[in-house]
Amino acid sequence: MVKIAHIHMSGCTGCLISLTDTYEKLLDILGSVELVYALTLADEKTEITETDDKILIERKIPEGIDIALVEGSVCLDDHHSMDDILTTRKNSKIVVALGACAASGGVTRFARGGQMSQPSHASFVPIGDVIKVDLALPGCPPSTESIVKLLTAALEGDMEYLEPFAEIAKYGKDACGCDVIKEVINKSLCMGCGTCAAACQVNAIDMVEGKPNINSEFCIKCGICSAQCPRVRFPEIIRKLE
Amino acid sequence: MNPFGNYKTVISARATDKEILKKAQDGGIVSAAYIYGLESKLLDGVIVANTEDGFNAAPKVATTPEEVLNAAGTKYTVSPNVSVLKDAVREYALEKVGIVGTPCQVQAIRKLIKYPMGFRHTDSKIALVMGIFCMENFSYEGMKAIVEEYAGIRMDDVLKTDIGKGKFWVYSKYGDVKSVKLKDTHMYEQKSCHICTDYTAELADISTGSVGSPDGWSTIFIRTEKGEAYINKMVEAGVLETKNIDDVKPGLDLVQKLSLQKKEKNEKEIVQRRELGLPVPY
Repeated sequence: MVKIAHIHMSGCTGCLISLTDTYEKLLDILGSVELVYALTLADEKTEITETDDKILIERKIPEGIDIALVEGSVCLDDHHSMDDILTTRKNSKIVVALGACAASGGVTRFARGGQMSQPSHASFVPIGDVIKVDLALPGCPPSTESIVKLLTAALEGDMEYLEPFAEIAKYGKDACGCDVIKEVINKSLCMGCGTCAAACQVNAIDMVEGKPNINSEFCIKCGICSAQCPRVRFPEIIRKLE
Repeated sequence: MNPFGNYKTVISARATDKEILKKAQDGGIVSAAYIYGLESKLLDGVIVANTEDGFNAAPKVATTPEEVLNAAGTKYTVSPNVSVLKDAVREYALEKVGIVGTPCQVQAIRKLIKYPMGFRHTDSKIALVMGIFCMENFSYEGMKAIVEEYAGIRMDDVLKTDIGKGKFWVYSKYGDVKSVKLKDTHMYEQKSCHICTDYTAELADISTGSVGSPDGWSTIFIRTEKGEAYINKMVEAGVLETKNIDDVKPGLDLVQKLSLQKKEKNEKEIVQRRELGLPVPY
């Protein structure tokens, strides 16, 4: 049995919703995995420590995780958050940055502290800034289908399919709509298919005269536009029809 | 070098409907497939490159045969068809979408089917992927320069454009026919087209284009089981008239010649860009 955990950092739970939204496809996967840790989906396993002055009840990240799906960014100012992400790395074989916040910081890149209920929490970074990440799946949230495809490939050891996600884990931490400008339009690669505009989940891209126009005021730095662009990365595996 | 990519069969065909042939560029294959799909309920919506004011092109979700007919004909300018795919599924609530594109757009569609990161509940709604033969494309301003500066026809007055016999042809609403030598149009080509080595939309279910077939007919590559079943249904329903590709002039040799030309020329460009340290799709 492959042990899967969903670890929740600073995120909105949208990635977890997307994971559960797989319905029957998730059930197929659940048949071959053991979900050892996940909000709402797995039974809570708590550890009780009793000392002289208090009783501590904690939810502990288990050991021996095969695939950890991490949602949300790391708050550097919060020691719980730091403990959790370091424990996750230590206890897991494969760490997947699930969604924009974990992969590239996403909308949490715009946090700057001074707000209720934790005014001292100001610094939020993608998990790759703190630990080594094996695979990163962008999207806010990533589609249910892509989560299932990634998990299935990981369970089957299909490294060819996973290669682009390993690459995003390495290079995609500073993702932004301007990647499409810098890496595609500036490099004379954009032919105007409109995939970036359709993929953008906050409508920050309009097609003007057949080319993308990035509205950086709307961009949440999720990196889905360049990740989905066929002119940045076109894995050979796509050429296999039927 | 494999000129056509994988395919099951190749035929020459044209639509049987006179209305379609009157409006279509060549054999009316895309229009006929779309209209047949909508009428037979195989598709509940299709994405077309619609003709806008000033003979510009823009993608549109069409749900009626009239809308499909209005969009018929080649525009030779960029229509980002993939950009409305998610709208077709979300806003129009379509379950069976037909989409057509140039080879590069078909590649984009195949990528989003294989890696649907930002396309929630979308890829399963794509019912038919059609591709059109393509050598290169022009930006709208580029085509405007060719049509207005070289051919001397106002964009608002354009009825149809066509590329054939080494020339770019412009037909005006008032009956004028002007032509521009293709070598004069090269400087207006999208430079991004020069790293594309796909001429016949090798990843589509069905690819079509005029090259290889007689005037008024189109060549069709049937590539997938889905595409094969679809074409067979069209032939059974009598909306498509077909011929063996070996029996028509100029035939498959010409398609092969143009395809290899594109592949060889653009392979060189890819090598050159790599030598300069510039990125190319990989």
